[in-house]
Amino acid sequence: MKAPFAITLRVGSSLANKTGAWRTERPVYVDRLPPCNDACPAGENVQRWLYHAESGEYETAWRELMRDNPFPAVMGRVCYHPCQTACNRGKLDEEVGINAVERFLGDEAIRRGWTVSVTAPPTGKRVLVVGAGPSGLAAAYHLRLLGHEVTVRDAAPRAGGMMRYGIPAYRLARDVLDAEVDRIAAMGVTIELSSPVPDAAAALRDFDAVFLAVGAQLSRRTEIPAGDSARILDALGVLRDVSEGEPPLLGRRVVVYGGGNTAMDVARTARRLGATDAVVVYRRTRERMPAQPFEVAEAEQEGVRMRWLSTIAAADGGTVTVERMRLDETGFPRPTGEYEELAADSVVLAIGQDVDRSVVATLPRVSVADGVVQVGADMMTGQPGVFAGGDMVPSPRTVTAAVGHGKQAARYIDGWLRGEPYAPPPRHPLATFERLNTWYYSDAPATVRPTLDAARRVSTFAEVVGGLDEGSALFEARRCMSCGNCFECDNCFGVCPDNAVVKLGPGERYAIDLDFCKGCGICVTECPCGAIDLVPEET
Amino acid sequence: MSERVRFFQTGSFAVGNRLLPLDARTVQSDPSRSNSLTSGHRACRGCGEALGARYVLDAAMRATGGRLVTVNATGCLEVFSTPYPETSWRVPWLHSLFGNAPAVASGVATALKARGRTDIRVLGQGGDGGTVDIGFGCLSGMFERGDDVLFVCYDNQGYMNTGVQRSGATPPAARTSTTQAVGPEPGNVFGQGKSAPLIAMAHEIPYVATATIADLHDLESKVERAMGFHGARYLHVLVPCPLGWGGDAAQTVRIARLAVESGLFPVFEAERGEVTAVSPIRHRVPVEEYLRPQARFRHLFEPERRADVIDRLQAGADRNIERFGLLRAEERFGPPLGEGS
Repeated sequence: MKAPFAITLRVGSSLANKTGAWRTERPVYVDRLPPCNDACPAGENVQRWLYHAESGEYETAWRELMRDNPFPAVMGRVCYHPCQTACNRGKLDEEVGINAVERFLGDEAIRRGWTVSVTAPPTGKRVLVVGAGPSGLAAAYHLRLLGHEVTVRDAAPRAGGMMRYGIPAYRLARDVLDAEVDRIAAMGVTIELSSPVPDAAAALRDFDAVFLAVGAQLSRRTEIPAGDSARILDALGVLRDVSEGEPPLLGRRVVVYGGGNTAMDVARTARRLGATDAVVVYRRTRERMPAQPFEVAEAEQEGVRMRWLSTIAAADGGTVTVERMRLDETGFPRPTGEYEELAADSVVLAIGQDVDRSVVATLPRVSVADGVVQVGADMMTGQPGVFAGGDMVPSPRTVTAAVGHGKQAARYIDGWLRGEPYAPPPRHPLATFERLNTWYYSDAPATVRPTLDAARRVSTFAEVVGGLDEGSALFEARRCMSCGNCFECDNCFGVCPDNAVVKLGPGERYAIDLDFCKGCGICVTECPCGAIDLVPEET
Repeated sequence: MSERVRFFQTGSFAVGNRLLPLDARTVQSDPSRSNSLTSGHRACRGCGEALGARYVLDAAMRATGGRLVTVNATGCLEVFSTPYPETSWRVPWLHSLFGNAPAVASGVATALKARGRTDIRVLGQGGDGGTVDIGFGCLSGMFERGDDVLFVCYDNQGYMNTGVQRSGATPPAARTSTTQAVGPEPGNVFGQGKSAPLIAMAHEIPYVATATIADLHDLESKVERAMGFHGARYLHVLVPCPLGWGGDAAQTVRIARLAVESGLFPVFEAERGEVTAVSPIRHRVPVEEYLRPQARFRHLFEPERRADVIDRLQAGADRNIERFGLLRAEERFGPPLGEGS
């Protein structure tokens, strides 16, 4: 071939020079476990559903969420969101408002009537779930998705367990709860209400497996010397009666004994029922209270008063006697012998709940310790085929943990029924903050959810915390940094000095062209979310 | 200065963004980018100049619709891209002497004009040696005559190809093979060298800008902007050199970012001799954070910390910040999504 004018040297492309031969280390794409996913008691893939929400694909996001949790709208209201506590963005500005986005997705699903269909072939296996609380219903949902026939029985007249009878309506609107329970029923789960299961052993004859999730519904009592006219109630009873529309008479001055979330719920409920004076008496300090700080803060905003370092020594008509405490060097409260009287029309005990274990009384192989039923890593009790979860087994006793138990139990029950024991997939190593290159994320403070005016709160059971509108939810979702999981930002593709990163197309991520990659590691350093490792080449 | 679209997860700073419409993404995020400097070149691992050259030329190719001729001074960029019989260039590319690239570019522009091909644009390029030192007379002449050329200097602050000698762009206190890291005032002397962008501005040419390989959006928007002007234009791009600076190859982009965030390298643009915009520092860092990862400044920390020298460098950064208003600059971002963007 004749060379063009003035060209004397025939040249070829440098593509003939395979610079990959220089490499001593190679970049490898990895998926790390984002701290939100790691912290979620329900095992949600938070980062993944936020990813879809970011693009405005709310239904895809919701379906991703529903793979792990059938209660997004409930969760978006009552979860204590350990995901947000763990969120890496908290180290940069403020954590992502995951819970608010979850609520938005859950509400959107209810508004648009999104449903879940069962596509798994029927297995012909029958499972009984005892208890229609978060754990039982979550287990039923997952078992149904896996193709089993599921019957849920509950002693109460309505489904929801503690979500209905323990959590006040100002935190969880009942139409929201109904909608999410109904959606599970519509999948073909049989829910039999006002149907207590007195004997799990008997049930085992009619079903292939049993999942026990009766919760911890017995209010703990304490010995308080009390006169005849003293009005002493238990917290769960009060909350239950309010839920059933028969609020008890508490009077104008209410003393709540205890420092947990239930104590806050009762005190705030008392305010709404017309108590002018609601006082929480707790024997330790604010820092040692088991209640969530935001619940304490919201209670205080609503006029609930706190008396730290106090125990109730006696109660009589119209007054309670309170003894001051002090913490010893180990942090244990000790009596001081100083007494004080408080005016009180009623005292509500919120000092803990116990498990009604009669359901397992006929199963001698089921062991009980510390008042709760013991289960193995596979959620199975000592009795083959009988599984248990939620508040009746060792647990943090939150709705989210219960939902997580339900999911776990469903997978193990499924494995047990199929004779193929379920093995949880290995967990990826954690996506730590140090692996991120945060320069690439714009500065964006969190969105605050609207809250009901404090003056209106004490007169109504309307929800205190509102939801986000779409714009704010989208904004919030986009604050996610996608820790440890590629979100296709093209940085690796752009920053390679050797064009050695291949873009595979939307959703397909990237590949390294090892013919030309010199192993400089710029892509690793500049990956915003820390999803590339640099590993030594084998020599 | 480019319009920022505010996407919070990806930030506005990553190369691509799946949430943006295709035509609003960077040239580099496009799988069909021209890859003007393609694979197989022999630049060192983690070369900042190879990256900078591709960024600039791909953006210029998009801005001109592929009607572009480049003239390349002798230097690293020429040596590592064209060892006979291979070439890494996928653009019309002309190699000149070390010192005359701006003059050759002027000639190409004039020849194209004589042939009536004013649709074809000319981009001259070279390192800081070929631009700031050896080719400086030709560059000044090109500016003075107003030839229709964008001249791009890839500034790696020394003659890296020939063994890391000092250039007029080498910063004070840096060690090169001709500025030894010994004596009471180690490394390159203070008070010498020059700022080519400021001298270019003094010619009152239509457009002068500085940029780095650490902010691609900014760099691409400047190339595109420059191609929107006719006449002599100058773009000065900071491209860290892992070899000459003694930095980890993986840190090349990060070091460029630290140069900006410390204030040592002001990023701005100017028209007809007046600064019209600056890129504000997002997260200010002390100069020490920039100096420490580079072996050419190691003598400032070993055997003992030379606080006197570091303080002088910090004073230089502070002066840049004051002079260009790098902290007072207007917020570059547009309004959040849903509020009008």
